[in-house]
Amino acid sequence: MRGGLLPEVDVFVLAVFVGFSLISRVPSVLHTPLMSATNAIHGVILVGALVLAASARGPLEVALGTAAVLLATMNVVGGYVVTDRMLEMFRRSPGGEGAGGSGRG
Amino acid sequence: MAEAVHLAYLAAAVLFIVGIMRLRQPATARSGNLVAAAGMLLALAVTATQISYGNMPFILPAVAVGAAVGAGAGRRVRMTAMPQMVALFNGMGGGAAGLVAFGEIWRGLAQGGALPLPALVTGLVTVLIGGVSLSGSLLAFAKLQEIMTGRPILFAGQSALNALLLAAGLAAGVDVAATSGHGALLVLLAAVALALGVGVVLPVGGADMPVIISLLNALTGLAASATGFVLANALLIVAGALVGASGTILTLLMARAMNRSLANVLFAGVGSVRAGGTGAAEGSVHPTNAEDVATLLAYAQRVVIVPGYGLAVARAQQEAKDLMVALEARGVDVKFGIHPVAGRMPGHMNVLLAEADVPYDRLYEMERINPEFERTDVALVVGANDVTNPAARTRPDSPIYGMPILDVDRARTVVVLKRSMAPGFAGIDNELYLRDNCRMLFGDAKASLAALLQALKEVDG
Repeated sequence: MRGGLLPEVDVFVLAVFVGFSLISRVPSVLHTPLMSATNAIHGVILVGALVLAASARGPLEVALGTAAVLLATMNVVGGYVVTDRMLEMFRRSPGGEGAGGSGRG
Repeated sequence: MAEAVHLAYLAAAVLFIVGIMRLRQPATARSGNLVAAAGMLLALAVTATQISYGNMPFILPAVAVGAAVGAGAGRRVRMTAMPQMVALFNGMGGGAAGLVAFGEIWRGLAQGGALPLPALVTGLVTVLIGGVSLSGSLLAFAKLQEIMTGRPILFAGQSALNALLLAAGLAAGVDVAATSGHGALLVLLAAVALALGVGVVLPVGGADMPVIISLLNALTGLAASATGFVLANALLIVAGALVGASGTILTLLMARAMNRSLANVLFAGVGSVRAGGTGAAEGSVHPTNAEDVATLLAYAQRVVIVPGYGLAVARAQQEAKDLMVALEARGVDVKFGIHPVAGRMPGHMNVLLAEADVPYDRLYEMERINPEFERTDVALVVGANDVTNPAARTRPDSPIYGMPILDVDRARTVVVLKRSMAPGFAGIDNELYLRDNCRMLFGDAKASLAALLQALKEVDG
């Protein structure tokens, strides 16, 4: 069992709890950007796709790896671009802005 | 060296978490997304130092094309089309996870079962989840983009067929895991996963689609996490688990705001559980015109605008913002009251209004605006229906009973901008429209708001 996967299971379970506690406190105003941002974050699968594609031998493996890289890159780049566009539009009223930062919001 | 890579991946995971932390407040949200993007860049840079460059002639074009298509689509998409865009990107991620796991298992089988059992099992799970996420997301995209009908597609034995597909997929997976030798069964597993994704999304109607997209988002996160087990990569495990957790919470939040259980969304199809409980409401409808409403608004002290999906469909965000500006110029206090599921996803309406430059401190969530309605002179409901229906509070026999609603009926006067008396998603009549303090302004939301603005200019003239 190659030492098993127990350390990885620990990491997984703890990360799930971090995720729950982080996100359960987000105001609904930000749910759509949040969904889009996390959608971009799971594009981290691109790391796995690069590993597979770079170590691929033979046409089938290369094809699988290249396709995975293509899809994952779209996920990452598109995800961050869309999220940034959404968040760029969140502005306070003119009075609420300013260098000193007022206590509003 | 291995330690340095490990620490860099850990730093990337921390950046993801800090990014999400900053996404919790509007003021820091944009920087949060950039922090997460920096984490991604770090992870990719480190990965680039770790891989061999023999296959770069294939990899680099794939990265270039993927980045160009992703950035182009991301820049050009209209904000009203955001849900299907998220679905599309999500499907890409799910497909990528499935392909990576499929590739790793295939290579293991080719080398005579080289993959250890735990990695093999998580890999098979990834192929299943990734396939479901890919085909399910593409179908959700097709439905929302109106490439095909958005209505639920139901047929006899649908659930049985899905169960059969799941069983076939599990059987194929178990066989691959047990014998480490049947490449054909791995292909069958992938095919079954794709069919299952279609089977799960077919019976879901357009109104419920955001719930499904959120669920598929969570599934893709899990698939990425499972791939982390296959590759022994902690970053994939952490990032995927974070997304899996967030997607699950969002899914439950959305289902709860619609007063529907997840099982109901997945298996029932909108309309099929809505047969009974309409009940006969008494009273009559009071139609009005733009001039009367303009006068009402001009001499009000507090106005709350309640935007719904109808406003988004009519692309009337700009007119709503102009109305806010015109009223504020007259000294009227204007707020926007936003139901959690206004628009098509939680927070979607906020994005649409932000696009029209409505400052976010004028947007009030349901819990904050509901106590205000008692003191509100005019509640202006634009293209929202079920989320304002008092039956959710008063009629235990109503299908929407118990759903959290905006208490617009408690305002002194309610003005409803609406195309017709047609019922909303829930398919029931809204007794609000028969109340004595309710006026109906019929017509397209954009045209009605423009008429209101014009009439407002003439109030003093």
